Amino acid sequence: MRRKRQQEYDVIIVGSGAAGGMCAYVLACSGVKVLMLEAGRDYDPVTETPMFQLPKDAPMRGAGTVEKPFGFYDATVDGGWEVPGEPYSSADGTDFRWWRARMLGGRTNHWGRISLRMGEYDFKPHSRDGLGFDWPLSYEDVVPYYDKTEALIGVYGSNEGLENTPSSSPGVLLPPPAPRATELLAEHHCRDLNIPVIPAHLAILSQRLDASRVSRELWPNNAMARRVTEESMRSRAACFFATPCGRGCSIKANFQSPTVLLPPALATGNLDIITDAMVREVTLNARGRATGVHYIDRTTRLDEHVSARVVILAASALESARILLNSKSGLFPDGLGNGSGLVGKYIMDTVGAGVGGQIPALENTPAHNTDGASAMHMYMPWWLYQEQARGRLDFARGYHIEFGGGRRMPGFGFMGGLAPFTEGSYGARFKDDCRRYYGSFMSFDGRGEMIPNADCYCEIDSDGVDQWGIPTLEFHWKWSEHERNQARHMQHTFASIIDAMGGTVTGTIHDDGARAIAAPGQIIHEVGGVMMGTEPRRSVLNQYCQSWEVENLFVPDGGCFVSNADKNPTLSIMAIAWRASDYIVERLASRSLG
Amino acid sequence: MSDKKHMIELPVVGAIQMDRRHALKIMAIAAATPGLVSCEPSAPEADVASVPTPASNPRAKGTAADPDLVAPVVPWQRTLSADELASLAVLCDVIIPADVRSPSASQVGAPDFIDEWVSAPYPGNERDAVLIRGGLVWLDRESAERFGEDLRFRDLTSEQQHAICDDICFVPDASEQHELGARFFDRVRYLTSTAFWTTTEGMTDLEYIGNVALAQWDPPPAEVLQHLGLG
Repeated sequence: MRRKRQQEYDVIIVGSGAAGGMCAYVLACSGVKVLMLEAGRDYDPVTETPMFQLPKDAPMRGAGTVEKPFGFYDATVDGGWEVPGEPYSSADGTDFRWWRARMLGGRTNHWGRISLRMGEYDFKPHSRDGLGFDWPLSYEDVVPYYDKTEALIGVYGSNEGLENTPSSSPGVLLPPPAPRATELLAEHHCRDLNIPVIPAHLAILSQRLDASRVSRELWPNNAMARRVTEESMRSRAACFFATPCGRGCSIKANFQSPTVLLPPALATGNLDIITDAMVREVTLNARGRATGVHYIDRTTRLDEHVSARVVILAASALESARILLNSKSGLFPDGLGNGSGLVGKYIMDTVGAGVGGQIPALENTPAHNTDGASAMHMYMPWWLYQEQARGRLDFARGYHIEFGGGRRMPGFGFMGGLAPFTEGSYGARFKDDCRRYYGSFMSFDGRGEMIPNADCYCEIDSDGVDQWGIPTLEFHWKWSEHERNQARHMQHTFASIIDAMGGTVTGTIHDDGARAIAAPGQIIHEVGGVMMGTEPRRSVLNQYCQSWEVENLFVPDGGCFVSNADKNPTLSIMAIAWRASDYIVERLASRSLG
Repeated sequence: MSDKKHMIELPVVGAIQMDRRHALKIMAIAAATPGLVSCEPSAPEADVASVPTPASNPRAKGTAADPDLVAPVVPWQRTLSADELASLAVLCDVIIPADVRSPSASQVGAPDFIDEWVSAPYPGNERDAVLIRGGLVWLDRESAERFGEDLRFRDLTSEQQHAICDDICFVPDASEQHELGARFFDRVRYLTSTAFWTTTEGMTDLEYIGNVALAQWDPPPAEVLQHLGLG
């Protein structure tokens, strides 16, 4: 895609995913002329998604490879934890994994669609337990943007009124799909353990959006925005409860930037997109204001420059930090806007640990369709806030539980691990065992809050350069006791749930949390590194994702995060990006920017 | 156009073929669901979307990191010999034989899948190639040592084949001299299971009835809840 129709642009956006897509949508709808640069190739979920394709038609029955770690049919193009020609390094003792997706829409194409709001506690964690940092904004500041984002993208779920598990405003959420049998069984047994099991919030249309009402409510005073939003919403179908979301969705029933944010933005005529544009550096004028960016055209391998009044980096937390660190000048010898020295610092991922179980009660369950909305209909929010407040746990922050199971479509590895249950049966007995055990396995995965620490950071690797000539990142990482102990608690909790269900744990329960915890970067929730704050000395950005030092430079992606609640970050990235975009529109209108 | 919008289009390429009983069940669901096979004149929008079914994806570069997901191809050559495939066919069918519900593993192409797997250009697959090709040689030698110098595994009676497999079917129970054979058998069983159950025949046997577009999502059937003690 190579559409540069305007002579001049108000804003350059680097990146087309959750943050970049949202900024493009809000700005273009507001009459701002936007040029978006995407490092990867053009991508259209409507024509490229392998809807309904079967494992048997894929190489190796769809098994994951280094090029397609989540399996062959995963939507990711030119991505994964390794991108050819775009290396990164880890310091000794660090095993950081950096997932990227080089495609229009970035990681929104394959993400899990889990859309949990951060709550009151999550914005002020330091005030609550003295650890980490408070955000320079509160939950109340973001509520209108959570409401608007959920209404725009379509999120199913329910309002349960549980502690630090926010409710959406009335009329915002779509109804959650009915629980599956496995979810009901877990809920039944979790009652005795006092673990709540409630409808999950996912960015999937359980029914069509009310395009007319929602577009009117989102844009009461903007006819053009209303029109393009309504048209885009009308083109989205409701979920038909088949074929996995991770492949993308050709009927636009789930949220992806290229089906939900970019089409209405393009329909305004105010957005141009250049793909295959790998941004290297932000350029400055003599007054220290951003003037544009240099990018490498991946098709010609030539360096190009584009300019605008405002530059928005939405390249993903670590890529945005990398661009800032690589934008060195006389005014900013340590990287652009890095007077605090905090660019690349306090990076975070989500704490992950999982356990599987075999549940005899699920054996020989009568055949029925358990596909549903592909991902979970129910989940367990963190439930031990009061125990933590009383100091009864050896970790300070919470986790939620994602779980699943049931009679899902057989894929690579199906029943391959049955031997321990059958003492290695084969022949007619193995065939019968497979029928019996089909659908009786469940998995439980914890997704927990990591507390930012000074030992987790990235910097420019003095020895590293990628195939575009751009210096690469080196990562440093250390978990604290909070994360290790939390991971141990996760596994022991899952074991107790499996036990309560009368099942058998299929993996190993570690007493050493360091062995239970997933490698940093593996959960793909990396945030931080361009943190916001209340003062320039201790942060890179203000609460509107605006650089303290370069007033026409914004970083509204996950980089701005100062904590990483257990709530999966994408929804919050979009809400914060919308809020930042409104601020940019105001400032451009008052001519106080650029 | 507007008629088409209101129709459900079951995907032709991707949908699993269902046996008649399941097809009837789905049709019964469809018939009971307004807006699925037809619509009231007043229905404002489609309840179930039609799915575009492109034949291929010209935008994909066709590399391993950007393959054509719509019309997949296996980009590497298979490497096992005809004789190795014949040996595998016998072993695959010892692991998953035919019965009244479904065919045997070799009848649905399990040896060909294992060939595809061990020929793939990834380190794990290359290790499996060594394990499995070496295992096939070992299996024939073991057959000859136990049952007669000119006999290969494929020549043995079913009882003789089972006598060997019983010694290697469970890694934790295998004696030291059979440990490598047990790891070989475990891997072949893993791959045979994948190959068999992912076929249309395997999924039909299991009564996997998903991967079809539904007009609405319903709670689990009463008989399922009763089975789980939740009814």
